[in-house]
Amino acid sequence: MIDFSQTGILSFHGIYSLFALFLPGWLAYAATCGVLAFIVINAMVLSTALYTWFERRTIGRFQSRLGPNRWGPFGLLQPFADVIKLIVKEDTTPATADKIVFALSPVVLFAPTVLTIAVIPFGENTFLGRLNVGVLFLIGVTSINTIAVLAAGFASRNKYAMLGSMRGVAMLCSYEVPMALAIVGVVLIANSLSLYDIVQAQSVPFLLVQPLGFLVFMAAASAEMSRTPFDQIEAESELGAGYHTEYSGMKFAIFQLAEFMAPIVTSIIAVALFFGGTRGFDPIPGQLWFVIKVVIVLFALLWVRATWPRLRIDQIMAFAWKGLFVFALLNIFVIAIQVMLFQDSDGQISMRGLWTMAAVNWLITIAAIFLMFNVLGGRKLERPVPQPSPLANMYAPRD
Amino acid sequence: MYGTGLIKGLGITMKNLVMPSRMFTLNQYPDRKVSLIELAKMNDTNAFSLALKKPGTAVKALVGMVSVPDRMPQHGRFRGEEFSWYEQRCTGCASCAKYCPLGIIRIVTHPSGAEEQVPEGDKYSIDVFDIDIGRCMFCGLCVEACPYDALHMGSGFEEGKYRRHDLVISKQMLNESPKKPSLWFRPQIEGKGYHPHRHDDIPWQEAGRHERPTVEQQEERWTER
Repeated sequence: MIDFSQTGILSFHGIYSLFALFLPGWLAYAATCGVLAFIVINAMVLSTALYTWFERRTIGRFQSRLGPNRWGPFGLLQPFADVIKLIVKEDTTPATADKIVFALSPVVLFAPTVLTIAVIPFGENTFLGRLNVGVLFLIGVTSINTIAVLAAGFASRNKYAMLGSMRGVAMLCSYEVPMALAIVGVVLIANSLSLYDIVQAQSVPFLLVQPLGFLVFMAAASAEMSRTPFDQIEAESELGAGYHTEYSGMKFAIFQLAEFMAPIVTSIIAVALFFGGTRGFDPIPGQLWFVIKVVIVLFALLWVRATWPRLRIDQIMAFAWKGLFVFALLNIFVIAIQVMLFQDSDGQISMRGLWTMAAVNWLITIAAIFLMFNVLGGRKLERPVPQPSPLANMYAPRD
Repeated sequence: MYGTGLIKGLGITMKNLVMPSRMFTLNQYPDRKVSLIELAKMNDTNAFSLALKKPGTAVKALVGMVSVPDRMPQHGRFRGEEFSWYEQRCTGCASCAKYCPLGIIRIVTHPSGAEEQVPEGDKYSIDVFDIDIGRCMFCGLCVEACPYDALHMGSGFEEGKYRRHDLVISKQMLNESPKKPSLWFRPQIEGKGYHPHRHDDIPWQEAGRHERPTVEQQEERWTER
């Protein structure tokens, strides 16, 4: 039996010892897992609700309008009103739809988003699992949403949904590559795949050490969660609503939930990988540092979303393969050389080494972006002069 | 250089965020949340004395729960719904029904017993006066046609109904509705300095172009002819 003075009530051992009083060991273990999962999922859903309000209000301000302001103080209860409306709505399924896949795909989109929380270290002792291949888990789990998008579009038998999901799959598959490559840079420096070790290794935030990797990661991640400027999956002006055109009611609500939870999860991952996670100075606890950093990253994502217009699909693919892919490879190359130079025998890099890397990498980043924009990107593509078709003018004399 | 436009755009949105004066939404229909300072200004006090006097209201205002009605101020000649109709002025001539291009005014009259007075022309008493607002296009031809200034355009704009047939306004509803005529095609009302959104109901005696003749005057005129 574990005494409660050592562990908090909400810690795993605390809950486990409560259940172990009247349950056999394995059942108590399962029940504890269930309780923790319930708490975590509900916390995530509630924070998503709060985040939708925050997003709509902030984007409203960014665009000189108000956003939701009627229901509750400052419109705070708007998400609940939305959810109630969606629950009450009729849940329709198209007659020709693939019923099972149609019903399943919202869950398939939603589950991996929540799953990512399992490996995130929210604090020194606040985490669900200290997985030693955490980064691998993250990359693997977050790729599942590609399948969900394809399944939803395919199952609803709607041409707009199908087009949206096809585009989405093309885009998501492409952006997986630079995102994974950007994370490789982090793993190289931290010398570990565990997110806990990565946070421990960030005596200098990796944002400063490898800005190029950070930029590539953020661009690829915002494409992964299909937000402006990469929201090609649900381009409202072109596709109706994209892959969830046919969805309504609770299924649509789950889609929206997953979609709005994605920025939170993305910024949590970004904070863990690039912003030093729980590290900060002393009077504020690490968990609070984590939350503060997450909010800052969320705000930056919102800022970008409120400002930049959507790219065309070919521009998006070109940006992934000609821009981000190259940057990511360059980042890995540079980081690998630096790690080889600065790493000591334990596989760690001293603070001084990190700062040197930061100085060099900032110069490289600025030079690379300048080169990409002005020298490579500035080149005009040769385009054939458009010739009128001989079929166009039927009355022209033929020779 | 490529990319500077993106940075410029970010600057513009950030300016919008930090400068509320760039907000162009001025009127928030139907009501508007007010801050504590604004509320105090409306009550002609300062925020502190308001907080001392009504702490509950002050706390509510601080969390953005206090709202005041906020309607878009309309021009006096705004042709709204809710026709203003004065039964006392109406003779039942049915000019409005004749001139209505859509034929949505239905009027049924019978000759009134002219025992005590001999009105100019003959005053018919009105049994039915229905206007189907749902089909009305607010051209105002009925108002132009009215020779006795009995019918005026209204000044309201909140006539949403759940059923289509609720949009037919009857004689009773017209009599009970507020008499706030629009200034459209009624220069005599505008000349008196009346504004339907600022002033109270205008009585039937003042809505017309000229005074209603007394019985003696009418008899005189009859004899002159």
